[in-house]
Amino acid sequence: MIFKRQSILPGFGPTFGYTVLYLSLIVLIPLSAVFLKSSSSGWNHFWQAIRSPNVVAAYRLSFGASLAAALISVALGFLIAWVLVRYRFPGKALADALVDLPFALPTAVAGIALTSLYTENGWLGRYLAPLGIKVAFTPLGVTVALTFIGLPFVIRSVQPVLADADLDVEEAAASLGASRWQTFTRVIFPVVRPALLTGFALAFARALGEYGSVIFIAGNLPMKTEIVPLLIVTKLEQYDYSGATALAVVMLVTSFLLLLGINLLQRRSRRFTEPA
Amino acid sequence: MTSKTLLISALTATALFAAGPVKLLNVSYDPTRELYQDIDAAFAKQWKAKTGVDVQISQSHGGSGKQSRAVIDGLQADIVTLALAYDIDVLSEKANLVPRNWQSRLPHNSTPYTSTIVFLVRKGNPKHIKDWDDLVKTGVGVITPNPKTSGGARWSYLAAWGYALKKNHGDEKKAQEFVTRLYKNVPVLDSGARGSTTTFAQRGIGDVLLSWENEAFLALHELGKDKFEIVTPSISILAEPPVSIVDKVAAKHGTTEVAKAYLGFLYSEEGQEIGAKNYYRPQSSQALAKYASQFSKLTLFTIDEVFGGWQKAQKKHFDDGGIFDKVYTPGP
Repeated sequence: MIFKRQSILPGFGPTFGYTVLYLSLIVLIPLSAVFLKSSSSGWNHFWQAIRSPNVVAAYRLSFGASLAAALISVALGFLIAWVLVRYRFPGKALADALVDLPFALPTAVAGIALTSLYTENGWLGRYLAPLGIKVAFTPLGVTVALTFIGLPFVIRSVQPVLADADLDVEEAAASLGASRWQTFTRVIFPVVRPALLTGFALAFARALGEYGSVIFIAGNLPMKTEIVPLLIVTKLEQYDYSGATALAVVMLVTSFLLLLGINLLQRRSRRFTEPA
Repeated sequence: MTSKTLLISALTATALFAAGPVKLLNVSYDPTRELYQDIDAAFAKQWKAKTGVDVQISQSHGGSGKQSRAVIDGLQADIVTLALAYDIDVLSEKANLVPRNWQSRLPHNSTPYTSTIVFLVRKGNPKHIKDWDDLVKTGVGVITPNPKTSGGARWSYLAAWGYALKKNHGDEKKAQEFVTRLYKNVPVLDSGARGSTTTFAQRGIGDVLLSWENEAFLALHELGKDKFEIVTPSISILAEPPVSIVDKVAAKHGTTEVAKAYLGFLYSEEGQEIGAKNYYRPQSSQALAKYASQFSKLTLFTIDEVFGGWQKAQKKHFDDGGIFDKVYTPGP
């Protein structure tokens, strides 16, 4: 009743009701089932499941590689979005369409393709191996796969914002004597920062949950290259349902906190750029 | 009018359905695809000749543990033919789908055919791999799936353990050292047997694949005798992949009789010969004699002799915190 007062648009009641229903059915109820199941074998089992050394190593890898991949995606994604928006070149439409391909490709296919490329006798791997760089079956390989998956999220978040940014402001900055670097850091970057953060959050979240592409390239060695989703599946196959959900709960809570943090950050950075 | 037609067509559809072929679902593990293709065709023919009823058998394949979990979660399997007894034990323990004594209902511990673990190496055997000891040498890449998810990999692990135990006169500590060194040589742990075969054969990773004997033969024939060869170790484990009807599901479907006949067919001379043709070691001495030349002779020990059965082996080696976990965790 309280929120209703501010609304000038009609239909708040039904749409809000639908929102709550949808969120409950699709998100909250399944998730609460996960929480419930994880507590079914007691606190002790929960604690043991999430504390065993290979699980801790997997958390480290999952969060570490996802973070690295999201950061790389932000850097490269920004660059690609910039090129796609600001320059004209032959084959631009094609390049633009290519960006979406990782969305559509079954992730297992991506994983198998990346693995055959990067193994020691693969097309790329054979040139990297003499340099002492091993990609497939190492944490580096995991990061490569996650970057592949995460990149389009950043590009597609940044692209429209960059396209909408006013060129006048940049021109004004230039005419007022700002250097190119100053124009970039003081004028362009603040505009796209919220979009970059969104892209980062999406890429990061997607990377945390990614399974299909990673299991092929990871090699799945305990303590070295096992990701958390793989351990969850392994635990399920050992009929340890509550252990599997325990891992999932930790993953969920951590991800939720991280995403909440990113959202708050985004809100703050938007406050600075948008006119009140 | 229309509703009447609809009703009539619905009724005929039901009648047709009821008179249609009997349907069976056989839920099996990874490398048995080719075997059951042959078995299903032969059994359907025999059943039709005997009873006049068509039987349509569907197959489901995957890692043994995963398959068993699918059945617990409600996959409507009339028959399970899995990689190891533990995966059928849980059907009784967790879901009460089969009686506790399921394994004593059919001859040979419900195992119509057996297999063992052998080595598949690259042509010419460049790393001179002859026996288990050669697998722990530095610079040898060993390919085997994760024992936590793959039935075949559990047999491989236990074969290695059994070898080390025999060699060191029952010293478990030495056996643990041996398997630890062996798994240090494993660069990739796939989740199932087929995945490992692909890693070894198609991707060219590693020097030796620990494999089901039947899978090794299959790889040899499918991928080329000019590329690989089989090395039989001096000693290995007698792998016993058991079969059972899933009593509750079969009773619900009314397929108990045909499912029992299907399993019986596996033990018949015809079934045994199909098994042998697909490189499974048959129980029937007649089929074994006929195909003796394709199976090399080696000493085989059973899981009951060395490990005291699957329940014990599973708990000690593969459960969380078991010896397999310690292989990868530094420290004691």
